[in-house]
Amino acid sequence: MRIPCPFCGPRDAAEFSYLGDASVRRPDSSVPGDGLDAAMQVYVYIRDNPAGPLKEYWYHGAGCHSWLVVDRDTRTHEITGAAEAHSGAVS
Amino acid sequence: MTQAQRLAAGGLVDRSTPVSFSFDGKPFTGFAGDTLASALLANGVRLVGRSFKYHRPRGIFSAGPEEPNALVELRAGARREPNTKATCVELYDGLSAESQNRWPSLAFDLHAVNQFASPLLVAGFYYKTFMWPSAFWERLYEPAIRRAAGLGRLSGESDPDSYEKATAFCDLLVIGAGPAGLAAALVAGRAGVRVILAESDFVLGGRLNCETHEIDGAPGSAWARQAEDELATLPNVRIMRRTSVFGVYDGECGAIERVADHMPAPPEHAPRQRLWKIVARQTILATGAVERSIVFGGNDRPGVMLGSAMRTYVNRFAAAPGRRIAVFTTGDDGWRTARDLRTAGLSVECVVDTRHTIAPDVLSLTGDTAVYLGSHVVDAFGGHGLRSIDIRDAGGIRKRVAVDALAVSGGWNPDVALATHLGASPTWSDAKAAFLATEPPRSMALAGAAAGHWTLAEALHDGGTLGMDAATRYGHPQLAQPRFRTSDEATEVQACWHVGGARSKAFVDLQNDVTDRDIALAAREGFRSVEHLKRYTTLGMATDQGRTSNVGGLAIMAELTGRTIAETGTTRARPPHIPVAIGAFAGLHRDTHFKPTRLTSGHQWATGQGATFVDAGQWLRAQWFARPGETDWLQSVTREVRTVRSAVGVCDVSTLGKIALTGPDVGTFLDRIYINTFSTLDVGKVRYGVMLREDGFVMDDGTTARLAPDHWMMSTTTANAAKVMQHLEFCHQVLWPELDVQMVSVTEQWAQYAVAGPRSRALLQQLLGTVADLSNEAFPYLACREFRCGSLPVRLYRISFSGELAYEIAVPANYGDALAQALIDAGRDLGVAPYGTEALSVMRIEKGHVAGNEINGQTIASDLGLGRMMSTRKDYVGRVMAARPALVDSKRPSLVGLKPVDPAARLRAGAHFVARGVPASPETDDGYMTSTAFSPTLGHWIGLGLLADGPRRTGERLRAYDPVRAGDVDVEVVPPVFVDPKGERLRA
Amino acid sequence: MRYSLLSLLANAVSGHKAWKPQWRDAAPQSAYDVVIVGGGGHGLATAYYLAKEHGITNVAVLEKGWIGGGNVGRNTTIIRSNYLLHGNIPLYELSMQLWEKLEQDLNYNAMISQRGVLNLFHSDGQRDAYARRGNAMRIHGVDAELLDREGVRKLYPFLNFDAARFPIQGGLLQRRGGTARHDAVAWGYARGASDRGVDIVQNCEVTGFTIADGRVTGVRTSRGEIRARKVAIAVAGSSSRVAAMASFRLPIESHVLQAFVSEGLKPIIPGVITFGAGHFYISQSDKGGLVFGGDIDGYNSYAQRGNLPCVEDVCEGGMALMPAIGRARVLRSWAGLVDMSMDGSPIIDRAPVDGLFVNAGWCYGGFKATPGSGFVFAHLIARDAPHPAATRFRLDRFRTGNIIDEKGQGAQPNLH
Repeated sequence: MRIPCPFCGPRDAAEFSYLGDASVRRPDSSVPGDGLDAAMQVYVYIRDNPAGPLKEYWYHGAGCHSWLVVDRDTRTHEITGAAEAHSGAVS
Repeated sequence: MTQAQRLAAGGLVDRSTPVSFSFDGKPFTGFAGDTLASALLANGVRLVGRSFKYHRPRGIFSAGPEEPNALVELRAGARREPNTKATCVELYDGLSAESQNRWPSLAFDLHAVNQFASPLLVAGFYYKTFMWPSAFWERLYEPAIRRAAGLGRLSGESDPDSYEKATAFCDLLVIGAGPAGLAAALVAGRAGVRVILAESDFVLGGRLNCETHEIDGAPGSAWARQAEDELATLPNVRIMRRTSVFGVYDGECGAIERVADHMPAPPEHAPRQRLWKIVARQTILATGAVERSIVFGGNDRPGVMLGSAMRTYVNRFAAAPGRRIAVFTTGDDGWRTARDLRTAGLSVECVVDTRHTIAPDVLSLTGDTAVYLGSHVVDAFGGHGLRSIDIRDAGGIRKRVAVDALAVSGGWNPDVALATHLGASPTWSDAKAAFLATEPPRSMALAGAAAGHWTLAEALHDGGTLGMDAATRYGHPQLAQPRFRTSDEATEVQACWHVGGARSKAFVDLQNDVTDRDIALAAREGFRSVEHLKRYTTLGMATDQGRTSNVGGLAIMAELTGRTIAETGTTRARPPHIPVAIGAFAGLHRDTHFKPTRLTSGHQWATGQGATFVDAGQWLRAQWFARPGETDWLQSVTREVRTVRSAVGVCDVSTLGKIALTGPDVGTFLDRIYINTFSTLDVGKVRYGVMLREDGFVMDDGTTARLAPDHWMMSTTTANAAKVMQHLEFCHQVLWPELDVQMVSVTEQWAQYAVAGPRSRALLQQLLGTVADLSNEAFPYLACREFRCGSLPVRLYRISFSGELAYEIAVPANYGDALAQALIDAGRDLGVAPYGTEALSVMRIEKGHVAGNEINGQTIASDLGLGRMMSTRKDYVGRVMAARPALVDSKRPSLVGLKPVDPAARLRAGAHFVARGVPASPETDDGYMTSTAFSPTLGHWIGLGLLADGPRRTGERLRAYDPVRAGDVDVEVVPPVFVDPKGERLRA
Repeated sequence: MRYSLLSLLANAVSGHKAWKPQWRDAAPQSAYDVVIVGGGGHGLATAYYLAKEHGITNVAVLEKGWIGGGNVGRNTTIIRSNYLLHGNIPLYELSMQLWEKLEQDLNYNAMISQRGVLNLFHSDGQRDAYARRGNAMRIHGVDAELLDREGVRKLYPFLNFDAARFPIQGGLLQRRGGTARHDAVAWGYARGASDRGVDIVQNCEVTGFTIADGRVTGVRTSRGEIRARKVAIAVAGSSSRVAAMASFRLPIESHVLQAFVSEGLKPIIPGVITFGAGHFYISQSDKGGLVFGGDIDGYNSYAQRGNLPCVEDVCEGGMALMPAIGRARVLRSWAGLVDMSMDGSPIIDRAPVDGLFVNAGWCYGGFKATPGSGFVFAHLIARDAPHPAATRFRLDRFRTGNIIDEKGQGAQPNLH
């Protein structure tokens, strides 16, 4: 697989590490609340696992050290885009 | 030896260059340009192998990678290559090959006795027997089966050759240099497209070299030479000969280049093979087609050969497959075989065609040859070579014809596997009587016979058109698409898979000995899905990957189960398309080069000091420094520990991860990363910190120093350096991008040494002179400073892993070696000695510090006695999940110290704790020993362990249960800090 | 028909015409006591043990394709019970004991071959970790031996002892470990279940569950609706998708695991060897092929195929450990979809819907667990209570913190 890193251009996936589903949202754990434990458990353990398009985190550890959100189809491995993780690519 | 079966004229072999080779020890001669198979045929060798199960005698069946029979052990000694297809071996001078899977000899193979047991040895027979008595399976049945199974032998020696890997990029990858591929490469190449043309063979041209076609008035092979010459002049075209594309993967193709397989051994410094990854924007699959066999009795006899292979041997290699030949065909193709054989002067006894009506122009191809229409070859006879065939004519009458070779032509299978590796299965076309790749990957197009376009004219047209497409996309398409003049051939074929009424065994898969009856048995027993059929009968699982057998097998299954071939479907093709050496996939990453070796900048120095090194991940670290006279590692380590505890020692700690963090928000950032608070750390101070994973378990520990208000240095463990960096970057880039923090790993940029022991201050003061004031007041425990020594930047930290008065001093990595030497020089009068990781480990166990054995991903902070560091006044990664019920259970195994009840006893890590006097059981298992060491300070072995409810069990005596090693040792639970529990020494 | 040498001989005389289908290719009925979704190894074993151990025979196994087409048909055939944690060992050891009797029990030769599984270690730390593991195994009554370098050399003299980047220091050997003919396991269970009355329905894809008042009442399939008192899910690789049909989420990612076989070779490797300094394990099949594999490719996938970097990584491990295989050729690769759970251990539990049971999250361990998994899952379904060997594989362990993390990698599926 070749991942179009927005900084380095298309690079072999072997340069990247994988973290998975990028739709997860870390709850603000600094604010105590009844739902925090449950929300944190979902954040840590429950990820989308679709057969189809998935937004997912990849880390370009052998390149620019950017965390990226990559759009990839888990059935075909086709990659349609990649953006910096904090650029608002996740929605 | 004479080449008795070499035709007097013709062929593309170089008759002026004789080549000597041997087969089963007998010397032969062939010509340059031969394959091993063609040279064997030219020498009249018909028996070349034995089949897998029945050990039936077998001859050369094909002229390519579809070969099921002619497998040999090529070369000798450590270079022996089992299962090598003689049809794919380019003949070289001195080649030696041996037949395989026979004993004692190819002609007289005792295992052929299996044929008499063949009524028992049907598909899947082993699932039904060998079950009683059960203990006999491993002892008797299985060893016998294993000995009998398998094909060739590995040498058992380390592969002496090397393999390389390379990556290539192009606009257009053309796979196959037959007419379609050559046309595509020519058209695209002329337009300036960056083309790679990959061809398995050692000559370009594909079938053009094997047929008698003409293009633009020239013989096909001559046209191919001309095309090759032109391509060679184009700088944007790369021709890769002897290179097989074996797999299509996401974004790249895998290919194997046989750099030196056509030589006795690779030239010095050259690899045997090279693994290519080809990244192409567009791919043209021009791999042609593979001819199919027909299933009839005795269709495996040496002398039965695919018709197209016969044409190859006659036209390209001038080798006669026989002298009296019959042709059995289901289509027009067989007639061309008959014609070419006659042209070569060979006697064609008859043409047997399953069809009743044949086009007149096809009929006329063979002149006065006897013709049987609507007829079938039912049986073939002969032991080590074909003697005769039985023909059943249209009226059902059997007739025997004496022949020594039979050409079989059952239609063609487009070679589409590479088009299906990425997913879409091929679909059956009744019109073409073949599986076609109707949904190739988006960037791939098929051309010529691979697309089911059988004629030469179509192949050239396809290639030209697709080449033009590429030219439009990636080149300068001002050129017009060339037209190639060629004749048209008739290509009608009528599917016929199986001839009934045979008297002898009829084989579907020649190599694995799968017969028509095996397929019937599979159908009877419910193995009707093609995948079940394959798995139950082993159809198509041999080294030819079912190229000549799969379609026939599933067609027979379709007939038996009343389904169409389309309904029956086909199995999925998977890479590699041709078998590829394991060594080639590994490349240079083998033996000591398996993984990189990382050396610290003080490596040379440590070597000079007599260090023994140990692997720490990819790093090599000095483990201990043996002095003359020391015979045992424990002796050296004990001395090093005593030196540190009584004088001063120097230890290279450069491998620990170092992460520089800058920016105004680093304090806030670290508060969220570590369980304890860092934002309050003063400039010039260091603090020990523990970080958790988000699931609440400990990730890593280490110290972080604040060198300046906005400049921090974090140290991580050696093992987790990369992981922590990745974690920090995730937290910053993804979770809290609003924090103004920058970070970079500087592990390799700084050399760092621990200087530890009561005389460490004296040593450093000696080295640094007036540059730094190291008095306890000016530079107390947990102080840090950055300064220059001359022009050299120096960082000094007063931190201690050993529990002694200690410092760590860091300089730019270039100076690591020099600093180490300078430290030793400065400490000579103080009794300094270098110490290694083993002494480091002994001292940290004496001090009860946790390390990798304890921070193993399964422990939480309170397990390690670090629970009180977990701040309750701030939030941090892992805080919430660390409060889960099972993680706050006070009975969790927690850190304790252990000492043997018998002071002479040795402790071993990995032993489990069980109460004394009760049997070890899951219920009585109370934890385990994590780390042990011989403590020179205490004079006996000590250990750290994780013990259920541990801290409350001080003084209790337990069994350290260790059945996999020396056995049990009685231990006493003690506090985990064995030396200087109040920490007075490190503050001295 | 009972299988034996005698029945084989009798059939040989009659041209093997009398053999019957090994299992009935049943059409679905309208209702069953238990419907099992997934005709892989675990689903078929579950059906078999429901019938044999619990007398529940009004059971259907629904398979969307052909039985045994999932991971039971695409693995590296290894069986072992050399686990570390108390949560895991009992299940895998139960499984091992069932393997040891399987052929006589099923009257089907699945070629269970206990030629030993050897896990190599290359450092002191690894040695201690394997000692910890070996001792844990012994505490559970499982066989384990810790070999030093010479002990390993005696078993496998052709390994790379002298020119290695990470020299072999020793190994943890489980002699009872070994291999089994993977496809035959599925077929043997199918035959055994079918003989006891279980309907095995192929080409029947489950498309949804019917749920009333929080209780499952049946399944919707490509061949119509089927009512059931209880429904059990055993669809590793697709667990998340099937769970989604019943509106619950699992702590699982689907990943692709590749495996490889070489051309057939005369015997060279008697047992199973696992490299400790890279991702590589290998055995040799009775047919002669070297069967080997390594790690998952490392990214979510439903493509049932992998990529080159993983192939290279595995072969690099192979050449580091045994450079004698350099000239053996990879004949075929294949890939299976594995359920990678968040702690590396399986889930065998009641689903959040009454009457619905889930068996998932097997990571690399699914094949070796087949008999044990079927046995304890059948127990759970039949008695509504977990089998004693499988009490900890609960879905709520991620909430309570009772996770079973053999490798200590945390909630990172591709690292387990």
